[in-house]
This record gives sequence, structure tokens and C-alpha cells, in this order.
Amino acid sequence: MKHPAIQVRNLTKRYGDVVAVDSVSFEVAAGTISALLGGNGAGKTTTIAMLLGLLLPTSGEIRVLGEDMLHHRYRVLGRMNLSSPYVDLPYRLTVWENLSVYANLYGLRHVRKRLQQLSQELDLEAFLHRPYGTLSAGQKTRVALAKALLNEPEVLLLDEPTASLDPDTADRIRSYLLDYQKSSGATVLLASHNMPEVERLCSDVIMMRTGAIVDRGSPRALIARYGRATLEEVFLAIARNNGQEEPRRRVAP
Amino acid sequence: MSEPTRMFSPRRIGAMVLRYVYLLRGSWPRILEMFYWPAMQIILWGFISQFFMLHSSWVAQASGVLLAAVLLWDVMFRGQLGVSLAFFEEMYSRNLGHLFVSPLRPYELVLALLAISFIRTTIGVGGAALLAIPLYHYSIFEMGLPLLAFFTNLLVMGWSIGLLVAGLVLRYGLGAESLAWVAIFALAPVSGIYYPISVLPGWLQGIAWLLPSAHVFEGMRAVLFDHVFRFDLLTNAIVLNLVYIVGGAAVFLRSFHAARVRGLLLRVGE
Repeated sequence: MKHPAIQVRNLTKRYGDVVAVDSVSFEVAAGTISALLGGNGAGKTTTIAMLLGLLLPTSGEIRVLGEDMLHHRYRVLGRMNLSSPYVDLPYRLTVWENLSVYANLYGLRHVRKRLQQLSQELDLEAFLHRPYGTLSAGQKTRVALAKALLNEPEVLLLDEPTASLDPDTADRIRSYLLDYQKSSGATVLLASHNMPEVERLCSDVIMMRTGAIVDRGSPRALIARYGRATLEEVFLAIARNNGQEEPRRRVAP
Repeated sequence: MSEPTRMFSPRRIGAMVLRYVYLLRGSWPRILEMFYWPAMQIILWGFISQFFMLHSSWVAQASGVLLAAVLLWDVMFRGQLGVSLAFFEEMYSRNLGHLFVSPLRPYELVLALLAISFIRTTIGVGGAALLAIPLYHYSIFEMGLPLLAFFTNLLVMGWSIGLLVAGLVLRYGLGAESLAWVAIFALAPVSGIYYPISVLPGWLQGIAWLLPSAHVFEGMRAVLFDHVFRFDLLTNAIVLNLVYIVGGAAVFLRSFHAARVRGLLLRVGE
């Protein structure tokens, strides 16, 4: 495995008696695209929120780009970014205004140039000066992605990056993400319910169920291991607990 | 040290102020509202003052006392709303998650909230103060330097309450947003805005003197009636305000920590 960009050890999050994430450990190699897969309530979003420090874990360790995220997250937050359907941008600000604010928060040197570049690459120009709240779901997703790429992050966390997009737009976003990862060498960790997307983008898949990691491998390896035709069938087998592998197996990194 | 890793960045604070300026600029009802309420207050209290000038020997001694009181009260009220409503905007727009995966520190957000509150209060109340000059031939600016001391102290007290309210709403959700209006009006009767603290029952006077605003309004009346600037009252107000602002910021930052424990930065709402 390449040098890990993300290292997680025994990460646990409890809300009272509810265990949202149950002692998960994994590493994500630098310069790869990996996926967290699992059904609703599997703990994917909770794990991503903890990786960024939006949510404090009950116990466990997180290191991103070598830094301890529980104590020194500000050393690396400028080198990371997030896109998630669970957070939004101010509706009354235009796209340009929103991106300008975030460009300044990330301390970009050439704000206008970067905004113009992203506008062209993500095809935002037609609605750059419209209020964010008036955009379609697909347009909003592209803007959120532009915000996530403003600082050219070394670690990019994407929570359902193509949710609610039509197939054409979703395909373009996937192509763009692949190009971005190849050209920048960034590490991308995405949570998704879209199996074809994961098969296309990711070299490594971490399968989660009820807060725990139950399996891990490349899409091809998982398909072969479970004797299924597609990753979606593997997902269903695990979700319904009738996979050939022992369920809830914790996988050492 | 690169910009994102700096402990304190004026640029990040500026970015957040810019965000609130964009919000104001893009919404004419918000701009109008900034002037509207202070202007309505001054028009109403201007007529009340004119009436009392003829029927109250107390008001007649210092014709501007009610107008000065209403303007200074509005400083505190607008100062508080400026902080809490700007913070609510982040909750309404579900933007907190994005803000706090950026290098923005919570205390930088606090400073940005204070800055935009200062701007909004100065524009809103300043506009009303200017309006009083042609309408009632009263200029609060004639008070001179004491006005600056009163303005600053009431603004800081408004900020303290604003931070307290923002912290509580972050912790308990937008269902508690009415605190923004409830909290400050609960202090109005014991602040001695329109009457001396000595009017209050003895036990309530003890509570009143714990408020910086009570010292400010007593100080204002000393200037207007006796033409004396009471440094003792100013000192009391400053000391109390230091306690209040530290307390307000502590509650906000503590609530922010609690929000990170409970996952509220991703799930803001009622």
C-alpha cells in the first residue's frame, strides 16, 4: 500500500446507547480514490464528518496527511475539502459571491483567476451571477463541487457526489473527478450508494453496515469473492446479510 | 506560515464580513429594515417627547432625554440582533458544515459577527439619529465624547447577549430563535432606559446594578440633567461588560464544542 493519506484507528461514535460507528479502522492510500459503501445508517456520513472534525468521536484516532485531526485539525483543513448534500451554501448569495467568500476563507492568492478556471471546467458560467438558491439540483451539485475544489485539496471527501443528478451530468462529474485526481494526485474518499459509480472511480471499497466495516477490497476482488456479477449484487448480499463472507468482519488495514 | 494554518487571520474575518455584506446588498427588504425600525422608534418617541415637554416638568428639564434613551436602547437592541441574526443566517442556509471544514476558527466567526453587528447598528441607529435633527431639532451628537462611551458600552452588552443567544440556539436548535427577541426585552425594565433605577423596588435595583446598561442610562441622565459625566458609572459599565462579553463568548464557544460532540453542525434546524 502507498503511504496513507488517511489513517483511522478504532474510531467510535456513540449517541447515548446508539452506536453510529463501531470501532472502525482503515487507511486510505495517498493518490487513490476509495469508497465508503453501505446502506442508510451504515455510518458513512458520520465517519466522513469525524474525518473532518465536524463531529468529535467518542474514541479512536484519526490522522490525515500525517496530522492528528483531534488535536491539530487546523494544520490540514486548508489542504482538505468536502462536498456533501447534508450541508449547503447560502441561498441568497450568487454563485460567484459564495465561491469568493470561500476562496478568501481558504486564503487563495488569485481568487478571480481560480473562480474563472473552475467556472469553465465545471460549466458554471451561465449561472455564475444567479443566486445559489435559484439553481437546479444539478447546478447546485456542480457549485458545491467547485467550492470543494477551490483550494485544490490534497484530500477530498465527497458524500454522495452525484446524488440527484441526471445520468449525463453525473457522468460528466465522474469524468471530471477522475481527471482532477489524476492531474493533482489527490486522495479522494467518497461515500456513495451508486455502485456503477464506485466501480468506475474507485480502486478500493470499504463496505460498512450498522456502523462497522464488514469487508474491503477492490471492486473486482469483492465481486469475485462473493461470486456475484456486479458490485451492486455484492452490496445487496452484504446489506441483507447473506454474503458468502462472515458478516461484520473487521478488516485490518 | 501559510494563510490557512495561521491561528488568526484578518482575511478570513473579512471573508465572513463580506458574506454578510453580500447578503445585505442582495436584499432590499433587509436594507430597508435596518433603517425602518430605528426610524419608526424615533418618530414615535419624538411625538411622545413633544407631548411630555408640555406636560412633564421632569422631561422639560432635558428635552432630549427620551430621544437619547430610545436611540441608545436601539444601539443595544440592534447590536444584539446584528450578532444573533447573522449567525441564524448560517443555520437557515445549512452553511455551518462548510464553514467549519474550512480553516475558519470559531473565534474568527465571532469577530466577524461583531463586525457586521457594528456596521448594521451604526447605519441603522445613525440614520435614526440623523432623522431626529430635522424632525425634532434634536441632535444626540451634541452629547459629545460621552456619547461614544455610552454607544460602545451598550453595543458590547448587545454583543454579549447576541453571542449568548447564538450559542443557545446552536445548542437547542432554531426552535429557540425567539430568544433573540425575548432575551433583550427581559432586560429593558431593569435597565432604567426611560426612568431612574431608583424607581424600581429595592430588590430589583440590586439586579439592575448588575447590568452595564443600567449604569449607562444613569450616566446618560447625569449628562443630560446635571451636565456631569459620571466616571464611576462608566467604570462600572466597563467592568461589567468585560464579564458579560467574556461570558457570552464562552457560552458560544462551549456550545460550538457541544455541537461538534452532538453532530449538530451537519444537522442544524429545529
